[in-house]
Amino acid sequence: MTSQSLTSSEGMPSDFAFTEEVEISGHIIDSLILPKVLDSITAGGGRFRIANVTIGQSRHDPSYAVIEVSTPSEALMEKILAQIADHGAVPTTKQDCRRALADMDGAFPEGFYSTTNQRTEIRLNGHWIEVTDQEMDCGVVVEEASGRVRRGGREIETRRDSSTWVVRCIPMIDVKRGMSIVTGHAGVRVFPVERVAVRSDFTFMSSGVSTEKPKGALVREIARDLVTNRRGGGKTLVVGGPAIVHTGSGPALCQLIRGGYVDKLFAGNALATHDIEQALFGTSLGVHLADASVAETGHEHHLRAINRIRRCGSIRGAVEQGVLTSGIMYECVKHNVDFLLAGSIRDDGPLPEVITDVLDAQRQMRAAIRDVTFCLMIATMLHSVAVGNLLPAWVKVVCIDINPSTVIKLSDRGSFQTVGLVTDVEPFLRALVQEVQELEKAP
Amino acid sequence: MPPQPHILMCPPDFYGIHYEINPWMDMSRQAEHAVAVEQWNALHAHIRAAGARVSLLEPVPGLPDLVFTANAAMIYRQQALVSRFRHRQRQGEEPYNRRWFSENGFEVVDVAENFSFEGAGDALFCGDTLYAGYRMRSDAAGHQEIGRMIGCRVIPVELVDARYYHLDTCFCPLAEGEAIWFPAAFDQYGQRAIREHVGQSLRDCRFRVRRGGRDYMEPLIEAEQAEAERFACNAVVVGRRVITNTGCDRLHAALAERGYEPIATPLDEFVKAGGSAKCLTLRLDGEEAASWRSH
Repeated sequence: MTSQSLTSSEGMPSDFAFTEEVEISGHIIDSLILPKVLDSITAGGGRFRIANVTIGQSRHDPSYAVIEVSTPSEALMEKILAQIADHGAVPTTKQDCRRALADMDGAFPEGFYSTTNQRTEIRLNGHWIEVTDQEMDCGVVVEEASGRVRRGGREIETRRDSSTWVVRCIPMIDVKRGMSIVTGHAGVRVFPVERVAVRSDFTFMSSGVSTEKPKGALVREIARDLVTNRRGGGKTLVVGGPAIVHTGSGPALCQLIRGGYVDKLFAGNALATHDIEQALFGTSLGVHLADASVAETGHEHHLRAINRIRRCGSIRGAVEQGVLTSGIMYECVKHNVDFLLAGSIRDDGPLPEVITDVLDAQRQMRAAIRDVTFCLMIATMLHSVAVGNLLPAWVKVVCIDINPSTVIKLSDRGSFQTVGLVTDVEPFLRALVQEVQELEKAP
Repeated sequence: MPPQPHILMCPPDFYGIHYEINPWMDMSRQAEHAVAVEQWNALHAHIRAAGARVSLLEPVPGLPDLVFTANAAMIYRQQALVSRFRHRQRQGEEPYNRRWFSENGFEVVDVAENFSFEGAGDALFCGDTLYAGYRMRSDAAGHQEIGRMIGCRVIPVELVDARYYHLDTCFCPLAEGEAIWFPAAFDQYGQRAIREHVGQSLRDCRFRVRRGGRDYMEPLIEAEQAEAERFACNAVVVGRRVITNTGCDRLHAALAERGYEPIATPLDEFVKAGGSAKCLTLRLDGEEAASWRSH
């Protein structure tokens, strides 16, 4: 299958204010139905943009196109829509969504609707229903539920006497044969994040990634958001890489944890290992953090650290047994910060809490991010991208990395909500803590 | 060895012009019943003589158009995709059609409720492709749905002349890469789609004409307007025999030149209702031109 984009003109001038999305499928190329529909739109005085087209590869494969029609008036829109409806082009919002039953476990039916991270609704029996557990790159499953159903990773009670639709995003891997999966674009509408209320104090940073931004002002804004989020009862997630420890910014993060600014921490084996190495031996990757000198046999420190924790049974156990008495992981245990460590192929040890099954890790992360309202991603590409994929578009994300490509990569993966800051971790966290302290002093 | 051709017909016991749902119908110009019966019997005899077995759908009082069995369903292997008529006047035929197919070993298949679909009147196989007429009686989106259901390529073509309200009044597949057609019944896109696809996938297309010392492949026979109005394109094809209404001499000459055996039989009483030979029949074992019949 191939995709391409085509427009009837360079952009759409603002006087073409009325827009409607239509879809058409079948052998629309061979039968010339697609060019005919496009010609009808332009001949009728409208404009089009092909939002999505999938061309069948063999003679028998149908093709599929989603076309955005724009007109200067509603009357003209109605006229054009009526004309092209005769050729089989139907507005996606004027029909119920189509569904197909999953014919096997672990895979969607062909033609499944692939989700975005934006707020989405689907139409069932003429009613629009919001999709829950919004996540990009998933499918949408429709369940007619009465009694107990799973939603947002937990079970909820629905009234037994009425049947309710439960509509949620579902990753491919969790599909079970017989599930009713939404197919095509018909009866699906997506609300871009701009249409969801975005607070004005955050919008000025929505210009993507730049090394040229005034960092002081950005850090102040991030601090303000962190404080506002905590005061408003929101949940802040920190996704961190080991550079936090290597650069000596562990104490700054510990300060934020102690201040109650961190509710959850996602990381890999490395962050926790080097943090614990630092707590037990004063080194990170064998380097003394105090004077940057290399410790003798320091390369063994991280392995000895992991070993000591494994002997305690867990990080929490090590804290309770008085073995681990400082550092990020210690503060997490002491301040009830939920931490989730996801493993990778090159891990040493790993630490006992590290989840080594990536699908299991993904599932647990998915369940843990449901109530997150603000996310700080610090110096980790792998975990940032993983979390960026899971978060819905309306969760504010700040990504800090010395490497612009990490921040760009996250934006490229469709996490439009990401605000990027290209900077070294240590001065950032130091400045952030200062700004937060300033704000705390203010009434 | 392909199975014996099998055709469904319905005797014209209750046939007449009882309403007007196409430009041919005029209640002030009634069909002469006795003549219609005679013409139908002659067509029936020609079809039998061509080697086909004929099954009969029992006529029903008050359903004059039940005689046009081409509109009962579209046949695909053992499936009968039953019609959902556009006009209220013909919707009464639907339960009788369904019953006949289910009682005669066919799996009755419905197309989606929101579409009109008038069976083989608007859906004809030529090779592995289903050509499907739309706008007048059937819906383009419904045809695409059928393509998905049976997994074949569908070329919907728009019908633009109300006199040719069904595809089978202006397009008649003869063999896998050969068809009769009346181009003016289609819009530009439909004409191009038919020209581009009929016969183009067959290297061994039998229609070759010699011009200026060279052989040209010519998969399409164009009916002239005067003969199209005599329903030249509404032909019953059984093997190499092609049965049409009378008055289609030029078409018959072209068919004979290409090795077909054209047969003329008068069907004027049915033309009064907008139908002719093909409309009065439904091929139950697959049209000659349908590639799934032999594969």
